[in-house]
Amino acid sequence: MRTLSYMQAIAEALILEMRRDPHIYIAGEDVGKFGGAFGVTGPVFKEFGPTRVLDTPISETAIIGHAVGAAAAGLRPVVEILFMDFLPIATDELCNQAAKIHYMFGGQVSCPLVVRTAIGAGMGAAAHHSQSLEAWVCHIPGLKTVAPATPADAKGLLISAIRDDNPVVFLEHKMLYATKGEVPEGDYTIPLGKAEIKQEGKDVTLICYSAMVRQCLAAGALLEKDGIGAEVLDLRTLVPLDKEAILSSVAKTGRAVIVHEACRTGGFGGEIAAVIAEEGFATLKAPVKRVCGPDTPVPFSPVLEAEFIVSAPKIAEAAKSLL
Amino acid sequence: MAPPGTAPEKPDRTPDSKEGGLGLDSASQDAGLDCERLLSLFRCMVRIRAFEEHAHKEFLKGEMPGFLHLYSGEEAIAAGVMDTLEDDDYIVTSHRGHGHLLARGSDPKRMFAELFGRVDGYCRGKGGSMHIADMSRGFLGANGIVGAAVNIGTGAAFAAKYRGEKRVSVSFFGDASTNRGTFHEALNLAAIWELPAVYVCENNFYGSANYQSDYMKLKDIADRAASYGFPGVVVDGNDVLAVRAAAVEAVTRARSGGGPTLIECKTWRHWGHFIGDMARYRDPAEHEAWLKRDPIPSFKAKLLAWGVASENELAQIEEAAEAEMDEAVAYGKASPFPPVSELTAGVYKEDRP
Repeated sequence: MRTLSYMQAIAEALILEMRRDPHIYIAGEDVGKFGGAFGVTGPVFKEFGPTRVLDTPISETAIIGHAVGAAAAGLRPVVEILFMDFLPIATDELCNQAAKIHYMFGGQVSCPLVVRTAIGAGMGAAAHHSQSLEAWVCHIPGLKTVAPATPADAKGLLISAIRDDNPVVFLEHKMLYATKGEVPEGDYTIPLGKAEIKQEGKDVTLICYSAMVRQCLAAGALLEKDGIGAEVLDLRTLVPLDKEAILSSVAKTGRAVIVHEACRTGGFGGEIAAVIAEEGFATLKAPVKRVCGPDTPVPFSPVLEAEFIVSAPKIAEAAKSLL
Repeated sequence: MAPPGTAPEKPDRTPDSKEGGLGLDSASQDAGLDCERLLSLFRCMVRIRAFEEHAHKEFLKGEMPGFLHLYSGEEAIAAGVMDTLEDDDYIVTSHRGHGHLLARGSDPKRMFAELFGRVDGYCRGKGGSMHIADMSRGFLGANGIVGAAVNIGTGAAFAAKYRGEKRVSVSFFGDASTNRGTFHEALNLAAIWELPAVYVCENNFYGSANYQSDYMKLKDIADRAASYGFPGVVVDGNDVLAVRAAAVEAVTRARSGGGPTLIECKTWRHWGHFIGDMARYRDPAEHEAWLKRDPIPSFKAKLLAWGVASENELAQIEEAAEAEMDEAVAYGKASPFPPVSELTAGVYKEDRP
């Protein structure tokens, strides 16, 4: 199978979907002529031009807000918020408008909207361009949240997100953009709400998503040297959450380490831990562990930033502490 | 500013004064409308007033949950603008939106059912007064967030232009919402994308309890259009024909590809910001002066003077509106509450088959 980067896989999903459905358009800051701040939409603009790939002013409320109106009026917008750190600027548009119009209007209208946004630390981009704020979004009923870890998942999940009739926040980790992997040709979907076991193991489940899947696989390799079998469960979608996959893996291993880059307090890991506590407690052989970012802003200095980001040895250490 | 130690002079904000004045010649233009059209504008305003008075009464009886923001006094704007639209145009409004819905032709029975939280309401009782919507008439909803609707209205205008349709999108909002950043972002986007959008500011001079000069230095909100590079006009919002004339021009411009317009309609809400707000922050003299400019009696006087209809015919319209709203209230109250299962239904599209 051919190999694509995460970024190319996302662009391919956009192109295939836009060829299929003329109601789909892209809008965001620098998505057009400039080709996207990370270069994702460059090939899309090349094929579809400025009528379907629209540069906007630096106006986050208008980017998501206009898209809510366009979606309610029958289009299928795919908008880009450059960095997830900027998403709170448009919190009303996303959380009060997009998320609620289907429910509060009694089902008269749907809001098929995708908000693509870049998350994560690792580029020295510091406190305003590095955050992982998925927990904020997951708290709002009416939104779906997707966080792919591989190029193949990114393509299949983005196609599903675009075809979904609800607002979907699609989280692209900026340290994954250049990573490569095998990606099937053509049109395929990966259903939202389906986790995937990226590596099987019998002793401990490492529950993760987005860039932390790579760290967990690396941790799994470290654990294997000590004869510990780590199962790496990639959630892929946070809302809807594949509870069944979490519970069945934990039932198998009896141990769970929840891993995310986002800060610990109020992070999505707490929700996962609660699911295990409520529905899988009897299967546990050890307490649930979380390995998360510290409760700090993302610092600039490379030494501090590297310390902020959860590493494979830290994950492996947490897993070992349960055995 | 008054020198320290002296009592500040009480500003005169009556409509003909320097501060509160419209600065407008509010004589209606002869729009060349036939009698039927003139009467339909009158009927529209009268129905809105009757609806609001019925809602007010039910609310005070404690029969209506939540908040209630009445449109009484501002009827000429909804009536005048909506008369210029086509059936497939889009509309968004604020949380003071009953008048827009009625002027658009929505059914007061289903509106009252919604206001009472009943299952036959436009939103199955899940939206209420502040979130009422009627998609069958391109009405993309009232909105509980001040300043949020303009972005949505702008997006609907984009959808029309993207599909190459001749539809326009009209956004209604209050004076104070123009201080939100969303107003700036939406109108700027509409300008650069040359969207078929009409922005109608209903300036009733008060943002909740604060007078306009307390929260902006501008006298005319229409001046804000200049910063987006499209026309802004001021009209007497209590003169239905003046509003209509401005709307005709703006809608025609939008529909023919000429881009957006901001129309500022100076008007007055007869009640407080919401029912329960006694509006004690308003000067009684100012209020009394504005009540004399009530859009309905003044239009009625014109219709009589022009010989469009007799006293008796106009009274019949008023009585019919009363009877219609009595019936609508009864329908709304007779409608059942939604089943409890409705709580979790429809959070996502696929929740409901």
